[in-house]
Amino acid sequence: MAPQKTATKPQTSAPASPVESLWKAYSDNTSKRLKFIDSFLVFLMLSGIVQFLYCILVTNFPFNAFLAGFSSCVGQFVLTASLRSQVNPENKETFKEVSPERAFADFVVGSIVLHFFVFNFLG
Amino acid sequence: MALAYSLPSNLAPSTVQNTASFLRIIALAFISGAAIASRLFAVINFESVIHEFDPWFNYRATKVLASQGFYEFWNWFDPTAWYPLGRVVGGTIYPGLMATSGVIYNILHALNLPVDIRNVCVLLAPGFSALTAWATYMFTKELKDESAGLLAAAFIGIVPGYISRSVAGSYDNEAIAIFLLMFTFYSWIKALKTGSAFFGTIAALFYFYMVAAWGGYAFITNMIPLHALVLILMGRFSSRLYVAYSSWYAIGTLASMQVPFVGFQPVRTSEHMAALGVFGLLQIVSFAYLVKAHVSSKQFQTLLFVSVVTIGILGTLGIVGLTYKGYIAPWTGRFYSLWDTGYAKKYIPIIASVSEHQPTAWPSFFMDLQFLVFLFPVGVVLCFRELRDEHVFVIIYALVGTYFAGVMVRLMLTLTPCVCVAAAVALSTLLDTYIDPRMPDTTDTPAPDTDRVSVAGATTSEGTPKKTKKDKTPAAEVTQKASINDFATGFEVLGSILEKDKPPRVAGLDSRIVVVGVALYLLVFFVQHCTWVTSYAYSSPSVVLASRNQDGSQHIIDDFREAYYWLRQNTREDAVVMSWWDYGYQISGMADRPTLVDNNTWNNTHIATVGKAMSSTEEVAYPILRKHDVEYVLIIFGGLMGYSGDDINKFLWMVRIAQGVWPDEIQEPNYFTPAGEYRVDAQASQTMKDCLMYKMSYYRFSNLFGGSTPVDRVRNQHLPTTGPTLDYLEEAFTSENWLVRIYQVKKEDSLGRDLKSANAFVEGKKRKRAKPPVRRKAIVASS
Repeated sequence: MAPQKTATKPQTSAPASPVESLWKAYSDNTSKRLKFIDSFLVFLMLSGIVQFLYCILVTNFPFNAFLAGFSSCVGQFVLTASLRSQVNPENKETFKEVSPERAFADFVVGSIVLHFFVFNFLG
Repeated sequence: MALAYSLPSNLAPSTVQNTASFLRIIALAFISGAAIASRLFAVINFESVIHEFDPWFNYRATKVLASQGFYEFWNWFDPTAWYPLGRVVGGTIYPGLMATSGVIYNILHALNLPVDIRNVCVLLAPGFSALTAWATYMFTKELKDESAGLLAAAFIGIVPGYISRSVAGSYDNEAIAIFLLMFTFYSWIKALKTGSAFFGTIAALFYFYMVAAWGGYAFITNMIPLHALVLILMGRFSSRLYVAYSSWYAIGTLASMQVPFVGFQPVRTSEHMAALGVFGLLQIVSFAYLVKAHVSSKQFQTLLFVSVVTIGILGTLGIVGLTYKGYIAPWTGRFYSLWDTGYAKKYIPIIASVSEHQPTAWPSFFMDLQFLVFLFPVGVVLCFRELRDEHVFVIIYALVGTYFAGVMVRLMLTLTPCVCVAAAVALSTLLDTYIDPRMPDTTDTPAPDTDRVSVAGATTSEGTPKKTKKDKTPAAEVTQKASINDFATGFEVLGSILEKDKPPRVAGLDSRIVVVGVALYLLVFFVQHCTWVTSYAYSSPSVVLASRNQDGSQHIIDDFREAYYWLRQNTREDAVVMSWWDYGYQISGMADRPTLVDNNTWNNTHIATVGKAMSSTEEVAYPILRKHDVEYVLIIFGGLMGYSGDDINKFLWMVRIAQGVWPDEIQEPNYFTPAGEYRVDAQASQTMKDCLMYKMSYYRFSNLFGGSTPVDRVRNQHLPTTGPTLDYLEEAFTSENWLVRIYQVKKEDSLGRDLKSANAFVEGKKRKRAKPPVRRKAIVASS
């Protein structure tokens, strides 16, 4: 998802005002909690990009280690993104059975399982 | 509302609910018991023995795991298989099955229950079939309700299509894989419905277990993305889909790479790319939805849509490009053979030679599924009526599964759960409709639910059961009653009836009793069919055969074990045994001797070598045998007993596989008569008569018939009265019914002659007494 985000931006940047309005709408309408999650998402994305670039430009030698590191970024990213959409009050209708507390518990369980495999795969 | 029969009215709702759930538990327990019990025919009719071919290897590997621990098993290098190459077992198997029975074995021993590992292995498949029934119950419950779930569980518990792979003793990967398949699908549906990452994680964990257990995991790898893709294309994208799919894929893929046999395949091969592609697509789509929520400008949204489509196309092109560049391995032959049924026969004869890889014959659909075959389409159609996300899943599963089951006999197994689910939905809808005590609305009772239906309340006195049975009839009456010009109202009512909120009602007890009675009759007959098929067709271990005596009593034919134990007790421990690959696992499992090739079939050339040795003349075969240190050659011969699965019938595959590697030396047409027939009698071609397999099969066969014409009872052909002679091999053992014949390869002659002339010399000596001068001259000349 990392390249996609960067790929969408240049196309939309041609008309300057929509991007600005997007940013404005985002910073106005998003709660602090979600912004906090978003900043973590951005961090994970950057970390994934750095690892991917390293793999392409330098070496992919311990391929399992690269996969473990990269998958931990991707996996954590999607789990966090899931958490974000679950706690987003706008999605309350979609997630009738998942309360924010339950969502956080899901997030923790998913992350633990994910990192168990990451740790096992690092080699 | 009028009732067809009276219901007790003095029960509290909670009592009804509790009783219902109690009855469900009881029913599930009975279903599990029936599922286990019906799989025990194999043990009762024969004995607690491991069946067929592959299970023997699994059993042998499990013994290593149980006796030496997991790490030894993981690092196990087996020097006796694929002699002289050996096999790295830990890295070339799906360890899930062995690990499961190892865990069960250790738990039982920790509880001081000294159960033999063989019994754990034999009874593993029946045990897991009970779990499969439970998983199917859970899955169907999500689809419709508990009663449909119970029906589905009962169906999957006893349906022959699943029993064929899970009788006691059939210790193969499929034994646990179907449970894992159903449970993964259940967690996926559950994750999708609730949008919970927890169930996504559960799905990923069971997917991991499935990857560790069976090569058929690729079915899940492609089914779930296909479902997600169809949902996106139907415009049903939701955050729940994102959560479920992302958590399943991210964790599941990483987990699947932990299995050494799978390795980096999930990021390197085309079979797994669909899942990756849908994962990427979901990220883009969900990002687009997020942006869309913040910006409402029409133009911007169009731009967004275009960019999503562009990125999607670019991503697909990227994957295709990487495949061409070689970073991603293209589809393997095994997958091609699923699309092009003739592919395997042309390019990979080894796959085509396995009987369970043949296309399915029509009768076997009925044999395996019986009346579920015609309930199945009804269930699929009923899925269209509700068409929630999980119904879409079942529809896709039905389409894909039916196709695969038609292509390969063994893939009937993946279709069976879907058939059971759909058939249960159909049957339970039927029973719901006909057992529901509520009568159709009459004129004097205005319908309470909707205002539109109050028009339909005018069904009048002609509401005979036959007519109200169909959805259309009340609708037609309604349109008559309503203003005729007002078509719109008519369609509206028709729509409301077709919808779920107004299910069809049945009046009168007579039609109810008839329909429910017929359904019950079908169910009872189904149970009888399943029991019959299970006990007669699917419970044979194929290691032990059974036949009937004249008086009807059972006669056990135990030639295989007889021969394998002969090998075990009369040969050196490192004596290499050559046989066709089918018997490799059995020889290493029961006789404990090194084999050249076995059922793993990873090395085509090695198998072709054996095929070449079997299909060439003795002079050509002998150096091959000696180079591979072969001491014994084992063949299966059914000509005396009428056992059709013998080596002469498999022989053409040996020829074909050998021809694939040595097209100059082995040619299939040479083994046919000039008329193009495959014969073993006097008309057989000279190549056929000279080849090692023919000679070994019919060596001394004519002696049995004491001068009269020998008859091959499998092929119904009369053989010449003088049988073939062998110079380079000698008969070592022939089992009671001649089913297994073992030949010893002679050592090189101590005087340096080739064995043929040495034999001729020995025989010449004998003949010398009769006619000395002529014979001696001939031998001198030939040597």
